[in-house]
Amino acid sequence: MIEISDGEVEKLYNKLKKEAEDAGYFLNSDTEFTKGLVKSLLINEKRYGYWACPCRLASGVKEKDLDIICPCDYRDADLNEYGACYCALYVSEDVANGKKQVTSIPERRRANPLERQNNFPMSNLKYPVWRCRVCGYLCARDQPPMVCPICKAKQERFERMI
Amino acid sequence: MNFTKVPGRNRGKVLIYALSTCGWCKKTKQFLKDNGIEYSYVDVDLLQGDERDKIVKEVERWNPSLSFPTIVINDSLCVVGFDERKLRETLKI
Ligand code: SF4
Repeated sequence: MIEISDGEVEKLYNKLKKEAEDAGYFLNSDTEFTKGLVKSLLINEKRYGYWACPCRLASGVKEKDLDIICPCDYRDADLNEYGACYCALYVSEDVANGKKQVTSIPERRRANPLERQNNFPMSNLKYPVWRCRVCGYLCARDQPPMVCPICKAKQERFERMI
Repeated sequence: MNFTKVPGRNRGKVLIYALSTCGWCKKTKQFLKDNGIEYSYVDVDLLQGDERDKIVKEVERWNPSLSFPTIVINDSLCVVGFDERKLRETLKI
């Protein structure tokens, strides 16, 4: 069993909450449920080395799990369609304010796999354009940023678009 | 077997394929417990090697998207996700 202290959970919870709110996202206001998920992220960090989604079966191989490292590639689409991410760690504003209830939602991952794009149309742009697969942030520069300035996803979550 | 049994009133064979870290899986287990229904569960993320492969195949047979929780009732009916209404209906809660 992996032990995680309440202090560690509290610290990450506060960090995620602040980052979410600064970027226009919301954590689930059911704090007991939410802190359970935060604890699960810490457990996954210890056993896999990265924040594998708590509600999905991780392979333990980072390259295979890239799309489900929290925040996952599917979060924003699920927020739009259902008002919550698959785990309900992140919710829409209406859900956060109690105007809408959240339930367990269908899995988007296999039903609608997102293809990794790896051939680029001929481009005469001076710089390649990179897209954050988590939030859609775009930037034109030689390499993607180390951390997405919007959603804090790491560099490895960017794909080249053009 | 890898299943852990939780005692309660018998409403048929209730198997929960779960993940130890998943919030909806926890809610599902808690819901059945609160309503005193007997069930068995397995946390698939805690299994390794052949054991895990075997159980993963079992889940995929019922639920090809391999999502959790997958609840199988009487080897004949499958409920995907924490669907309180469906569970109430099927288990007569
Ligand atoms: S955003 Fe939600 S669904 Fe996606 S990995 Fe994080 S907790 Fe899981």
